[in-house]
Amino acid sequence: MSEFVVLGDEAVALGAIHGGVSSCYGYPGTPSTEIMEYLLDYSKEKGGPFASWSSNEKTALEEALGTSFAGKRAIVTMKHVGLNVAADAFMNGALLDIRGGLVIVVADDPGMHSSQNEQDTRYYADFARVPLLEPVNQQQAYDMTREAFDLSEKMGVPILLRLVTRLSHSRAAIQSSPIREENALNKADNKQDWMLLPANARRRWDSLLGRQKDMIAYSENSSVNALVMNEANRERGVITTGLGYNYYMENRGELTDNPSHLHIGVYPVPEEKIRKLAAHVKELVILEEGYPYVERLIAGLLPRDLKITGKMQNIVPLQGELTPDNVRPALGLPVRDSSVVSSMDLPGRPPQLCAGCPHDDTYRVIKEVQAELEESTVTSDIGCYALGALPPLSVPETIICMGASITAAKGSSETGLKNVMAVIGDSTFLHSGMTGLVDCVSSGTDVTIIIVDNETTAMTGGQTTILPSSRLEQVVTGIMGDGEHVITIPAHRKSHEENKVILRKELAYKGVSVIIAVRECIETARKAKKKGS
Amino acid sequence: MKYDIILAGVGGQGVLSLASVIATAAAKAGFKVRQSEVHGMAQRGGAVMAHMRLADGEIFSDLIGQGTADMVISMEPLESLRYLPWLSPEGILVTSITPVKNISNYPEESQIMEALSELPSVRLVDDKALAKEAGSSRAGNMVIVGAASANLPLGMKHLKAAVDSLFSRKGEAVVQANYKALDLGSHIS
Ligand code: SF4
Repeated sequence: MSEFVVLGDEAVALGAIHGGVSSCYGYPGTPSTEIMEYLLDYSKEKGGPFASWSSNEKTALEEALGTSFAGKRAIVTMKHVGLNVAADAFMNGALLDIRGGLVIVVADDPGMHSSQNEQDTRYYADFARVPLLEPVNQQQAYDMTREAFDLSEKMGVPILLRLVTRLSHSRAAIQSSPIREENALNKADNKQDWMLLPANARRRWDSLLGRQKDMIAYSENSSVNALVMNEANRERGVITTGLGYNYYMENRGELTDNPSHLHIGVYPVPEEKIRKLAAHVKELVILEEGYPYVERLIAGLLPRDLKITGKMQNIVPLQGELTPDNVRPALGLPVRDSSVVSSMDLPGRPPQLCAGCPHDDTYRVIKEVQAELEESTVTSDIGCYALGALPPLSVPETIICMGASITAAKGSSETGLKNVMAVIGDSTFLHSGMTGLVDCVSSGTDVTIIIVDNETTAMTGGQTTILPSSRLEQVVTGIMGDGEHVITIPAHRKSHEENKVILRKELAYKGVSVIIAVRECIETARKAKKKGS
Repeated sequence: MKYDIILAGVGGQGVLSLASVIATAAAKAGFKVRQSEVHGMAQRGGAVMAHMRLADGEIFSDLIGQGTADMVISMEPLESLRYLPWLSPEGILVTSITPVKNISNYPEESQIMEALSELPSVRLVDDKALAKEAGSSRAGNMVIVGAASANLPLGMKHLKAAVDSLFSRKGEAVVQANYKALDLGSHIS
């Protein structure tokens, strides 16, 4: 056993490597990014396992299914909203006969540190009827990743591993276990179990439903789902899930009544243990990170005179992260005061585009041309350029989800808005903007799409774009049919006036135009220079 | 024993490398360490804050409770004030006095200094001047660590060993400048 000091994300990567993973796929998304970064570095240095970024989360998951079909172990990484993109492959993947362990790691972002929403991945596990494991610290992240591969092969389903930002991006020491060999190549022998034609799918669905009892038995017997009873205290019991465990343990020393405690880290939920705890107490306090998932699930199962204290009454906050402070009221502990205060009002300091960012130059062109127009609309997408929505630029009017700038622009234009512009990054365009462009071209919509090509995936730390930037113009021209309204411009102050002329001209054109504004992200350029020198 | 520290600054200031020097030193001193970091969006010049917890026993929470931190260390004076709600009444604030004015409504510096002077326990550090004296304008964060060292439960020996392991790749001159920065910082009271 060796000791490593690692981020939660890195603990997962190490767990996968030591657990015999053969292929690793993902799409960068904070807070999940560092899992693949670790795997990529490791793979480069050691010559394996295979690791690569994919165009988007759906392609990543499908690629991993291919690995599993071949009998080898695969891991896929994404953030919570990425699972929405991969949902089609995920829901169907649950029906396949998984032979090589398949682990899908999803990092949720309660508190929306860098996300558009706060969804709870545990619902997806329930939706697809597959198990989910949820670590509370780096050691469990490592151990559970290894366990997830075994469980996947044992149950014949993909396993979800749920992280949250606070764990993904916290550092602590872990103890590693011996390295397991990779599986031998062993293609699934019954192809009927991998072809979801209706007759097969019905049989597979029946089989999946039949395995639910095994999954519940597994969770019932898991040592992670520990129930610690205090026979003497019949007043109150506590159920924790995820990081709720840590905040409970942090405060437990101050509790005088020593409640019975059930922690749930393996799903589906252990029903027997819950019943046993519920039958013993008058009140159940539920501390869970994310949605009131367990709380809602068990409310209907339990006797009506049992009091349930949790998120549904907002005693535990319904939104944001749990903290050692905000779980205290539910535990009956006094709120902690901050006694040191300053008299001063502090202005906020929001994130902003780096000084000299190429997006800044492009937005200034858009802003000045907009000022000349009676009416205009700018939709934006997910990436550094979303920061252009904040002052002083304040240009974008919509930011919805990956790829939605182009499609939202299409809808706006088709309903009668004039001078509609969609701003999208190079990675986002390849992730899910291309299909939107296909729609625009198909209906000949009047939109001007501005691909801000900074030659990198900047927001998540500068991963390489899935295709070299120099290929973008070819891709776009291919979809457009010809290159007449595909114009590449430098995103540079020097070309400011020329760029304005081009934008005016393309706005005046009644049809689809694509302007590709190219200049490398200064952060990525700086890093490349540092590496080179 | 436990020692809880809030680390603050502005994205891009190197708050994380400051953190890693303390964390490395703490590990060398035999403490358990948990450190939560800030990645992603908040790094683009926004306010950043990290929690670091050192203890000789098990640490459950990555986050420090309000009103319980032993120390707030900040690379920027305005940011140091933002995290006062975490500081315990007996805790100390160690902060750089060099402002980062990347917002249009940055307050008058005199106002910030006044707010700082009202605190029960505060150590103000002219990291810029001392880093220059140490021979590396980039060693400001080590000046701050030095200034915090009198209160940290870590000896200078462990801090220097941490500097060694983090900077030795960059050559002897860099290591020496950072040693000096630590020393100069440690003389501030
Ligand atoms: S990281 Fe790159 S793309 Fe993002 S704001 Fe900075 S310069 Fe612009």
